[in-house]
Amino acid sequence: MDDEIRRVLREHGKLPCQVETLDEDADLFEAGLTSHASVNVMLALEEAFDVEFPEPMLRKSTFESIGAIRHALTTLTAAGVPS
Amino acid sequence: MTALGVAPSDLAQRARRIGEEIAGPAADEVDRRARFPVETIEALRAEGILGALVPPELGGWGTSLAEAGDTVFGIGLHCASSAMILALHHLQVACLARHGRNHLLRDFQRDLVERQLLVASATTEAGVGGKLRTSLCAVERDGDLVFLTKQAPVISYGAQADAVLVTARRTTDSPPGDQVLLLCRPPGLVLEQMSDWDTLGFRGTCSPGFMLEAKGPADQVLSDPFADIATQTMLPVSHILWGHVWLALAASALAKARSYVQGEARKQPGVAPPGALRLAEAMTLYHQMESLVQGAAQRFDQRPAGEPVPMGEAIALNSLKVGASTLLIDIVSRTLAICGMAGYREGSPYSLGRHLRDAHGAALMVNNDRILGDNAQMLLVHREQP
Repeated sequence: MDDEIRRVLREHGKLPCQVETLDEDADLFEAGLTSHASVNVMLALEEAFDVEFPEPMLRKSTFESIGAIRHALTTLTAAGVPS
Repeated sequence: MTALGVAPSDLAQRARRIGEEIAGPAADEVDRRARFPVETIEALRAEGILGALVPPELGGWGTSLAEAGDTVFGIGLHCASSAMILALHHLQVACLARHGRNHLLRDFQRDLVERQLLVASATTEAGVGGKLRTSLCAVERDGDLVFLTKQAPVISYGAQADAVLVTARRTTDSPPGDQVLLLCRPPGLVLEQMSDWDTLGFRGTCSPGFMLEAKGPADQVLSDPFADIATQTMLPVSHILWGHVWLALAASALAKARSYVQGEARKQPGVAPPGALRLAEAMTLYHQMESLVQGAAQRFDQRPAGEPVPMGEAIALNSLKVGASTLLIDIVSRTLAICGMAGYREGSPYSLGRHLRDAHGAALMVNNDRILGDNAQMLLVHREQP
């Protein structure tokens, strides 16, 4: 899952650094993720993992780190939320 | 269990749940077969929602019109026919609650709450059409009894209703505009179906024509002249509650369009799909419509019952009907353009056929031209400063 999250961040995060160098707790917004880019990251994650983030999850904290993203996706796929 | 005489605080959510769990799954079949959405009405009964507008002293909740509108909206997100039935029922109850003051009519309201009776309306008449303020049929009196025969070209859910409110001339000598409103119910009510209901939209309202024959105690006639009932209650409440049906229909179509656009956006993040801008445009129309509908409901709830409606407000309420129904057709057409073939095709999650067919009913049920004609007339004499 982490590899796929990193791929999405590489392709859609427009980060000024190498995604590979970020550890899983690193703050993505401090690393340069803009709110505009985070929308594209969200859409790409939904496509990649076949899920839909529900309204209550659409907060900055859901996307603040690779670990946070993994946690959100795990919750969604475990709940079987359809896209 | 809810306290007597108090609406549950989550009334709107309860209606939404019925919409989602019961009305929605049945909606396509209700539409296809033009059948009465019996499961949805039973669910509304089970929640006590059919008695919502009855005053608390008679066992109801005395909800505001805005709250009643919320219940209509919650159902309408999933089935416009079911929502229209609920809107028409709430409308009859509003007329009874505000104008049915004698013992018999108050007892009927208690009974309505207790047994969750469904009330229909017979205002149109053969030879008169949709002219609400004109009747040919007349109430005949014999001592304490009244008799009425009416050829009604449309009675929505007439065959399923427990009672019908009917307009008629006050006496056989009265002119066509001197009308009363009369509660008709079995066993003194006989409805013989005279035509079928096979329409483009709102198919589940089951609104064929009937020959109506009624007899009963004279107290079944509401004492207020229908002229007052119509201007103070029937016209405002009908336009406001129909508005909630149409608003829900628009919201439902837009939810499909939004979901479609988001699906497209996922395929190529960073490239806004062509429909995104169209969706944003359609949303501005929705918000205009929402303000029209909710604003009118709030103004209604703030005005004391029994107070005459100022002419400026009567014009605004007619504008609500014409404006909201026109916006609805525009919005649904735009959502169809956004969803493209996925919306045009039946059986897809984005299918908009039913929405489009229902939407066109809005401008026709009491034709917008007739309502604009009424406003044109009022504007010739309207003098209030804006």
